[in-house]
Amino acid sequence: MVPRPVPLVTPGMLALFAVLATVPFWIARVGLYPYLGVEIVIWATYALAYNLTLGRTGLPSFGHGAYFGIGAYAFGLAQLHLWPSLWFCLAAALLAATVAGAAVGLFISHRRGIYYAFMTIAFGQVFWFVAVKSHALTGGEDGLLKIRRLPVELGFATVPLDGNDALYWFALVAFALVAVLLWRLVHSPFGRVLNAIRQNELRAAFVGYHVWAYKLLAFAVSAGLSGLAGALFAMAQTSAFPDVMSLHWSGIVVMMTLVGGGLVSFWGPVVGVVLFFVARDVLGAVTASWMLWFGLMFMAVVMFRPEGVAGAWQAWRARRAAASRAALASAAGD
Amino acid sequence: MAALFEAERLHKRFGDRVVLEDVSLSFPEGGLTGIMGPNGAGKTTCFNVLTGRFAPDRGRVRLAGRDVTGLPPRRMARLGVARSFQTMNLFDQVSARENVMLALPAMRARGFRWWRDATGDPALVAEADAVLDRVGLLARAGIVARDLSYGERRALEIAVALAARPRILFLDEPTSGLGADGMARLAALVARLKGEITMVVIEHDMRFLFALADRIAVIHWGQVIAEGTPDALRADPWVARSALGREP
Ligand SMILES: Nc1ncnc2c1ncn2[C@@H]1O[C@H](COP(=O)(O)OP(=O)(O)OP(=O)(O)O)[C@@H](O)[C@H]1O
Ligand SMILES: [Mg+2]
Repeated sequence: MVPRPVPLVTPGMLALFAVLATVPFWIARVGLYPYLGVEIVIWATYALAYNLTLGRTGLPSFGHGAYFGIGAYAFGLAQLHLWPSLWFCLAAALLAATVAGAAVGLFISHRRGIYYAFMTIAFGQVFWFVAVKSHALTGGEDGLLKIRRLPVELGFATVPLDGNDALYWFALVAFALVAVLLWRLVHSPFGRVLNAIRQNELRAAFVGYHVWAYKLLAFAVSAGLSGLAGALFAMAQTSAFPDVMSLHWSGIVVMMTLVGGGLVSFWGPVVGVVLFFVARDVLGAVTASWMLWFGLMFMAVVMFRPEGVAGAWQAWRARRAAASRAALASAAGD
Repeated sequence: MAALFEAERLHKRFGDRVVLEDVSLSFPEGGLTGIMGPNGAGKTTCFNVLTGRFAPDRGRVRLAGRDVTGLPPRRMARLGVARSFQTMNLFDQVSARENVMLALPAMRARGFRWWRDATGDPALVAEADAVLDRVGLLARAGIVARDLSYGERRALEIAVALAARPRILFLDEPTSGLGADGMARLAALVARLKGEITMVVIEHDMRFLFALADRIAVIHWGQVIAEGTPDALRADPWVARSALGREP
């Protein structure tokens, strides 16, 4: 049995995008507010991008909020000081976060494991600190305000994004593009090498891969796409604040990714993001200490099922497939 | 036979512990050189220095006359130096086929391509399957490395090294942990590869080594204490003294 090529876009993916596209039509009716959808697709984009390092390449980056935040600030600063064009500002965010990621990658890509993790935290804290302290540029703790939701210029038409529904659909398109791009990347030779590096860095080096360069590239791409998500977040919030760059919020994206099952599944991080925000809104309505409950869930996952929700789902499907095979075999034996 | 690979007066220490002292070895093209010696003698360290994992503190390493001292593993691999590991080093969560595919020079050459699918490339798959066939693993190609039997993993360890189409292959205790059956199968595999490719094999099993090696070097306390053909070595006092030496 020879492996089949992975299609550019899977039917499951299209179904997911289609279902997500209907969210604005029913989200209010199930008792949730439309802005929640915006948050979910933006953070899902962020978590997918993040998982390129943690889940795919095995790089424990615990300071990823920095790149999300750099994207948000770059988007805001570009529109306030340079050129208020959506495409230009998004490109600026992508570029700024990629450059920051690549620069940090230069210093950390020879590291592994806990040392790698510590260095990502250290650099994350540096960026956070700069965002808090450079009041003149970023507004410090008060945030960078008055960021506009710039309209989509298509040449033949201009689509305003002021409403939450319009922004949701725009963010969904961005999510879909990032998902398809990462899906390709993960199944490409580059992605397979990253996957190999996660499993055995030493062997990867001994079969001739420039492990350092691969780790650096993976980190830079992940940072860049996180920055893109950050730009969307700045639009959603019409402002940018340093708190998403903090260690706390960097930890939350790790938590979402792990709870959802990013270690074993491409879509795991998305599951984790949905769980997190729905838990916040549903549990949060009942108890102010919802974060405690989510934290306990996180600990339970880490201790008992590090493969997360997606891992549990995969295990269940494997068991069912085995059971039906056994049933078939016994039926054939009759 | 001209020497394909030469080590000249290698020294290596870890902290104040001297692990290799004045080690000179030379591996002729097309030959199979055996390396033996007690536990902790420095055999693996010697391989590590020869294949680029560690730079020697002193001494030279030459591949086909070219000075390759201190080059990192990826450069050594690209120059045609491949190795297997004493404690296995596989890509445990992917299939045997993908383990081999990852080591193919054709895959390495396109490692930075990020759009087209890799898993379904028929040329890569065919090449990987040919390598698996050589080590008798073709029927198990689709199995995840972690789920292979111990003996199969040992064979895969060699397949990954072979996939790089090396000029010289270093095998670090390829039979370690194998039963009589697995040992016989591995000896047959090494015998088949002998002549096709230059090999250097660290091995504790004397029967294995004396049957297959053209020349054998004995390393003890980080030094080469004896070197010669199997027949000459049988007469060597150290080999004769160690109970193992009498076995063949
Ligand atoms: N990276 C390292 N750092 C420090 N000491 C090391 C390192 N690698 C090996 N050593 C030490 O060097 C000595 C030689 O080890 P080596 O693994 O080369 O022996 P060996 O001949 O392969 O033994 P064995 O037959 O048990 O595999 C040992 O004392 C070991 O503890
Ligand atoms: Mg050893």
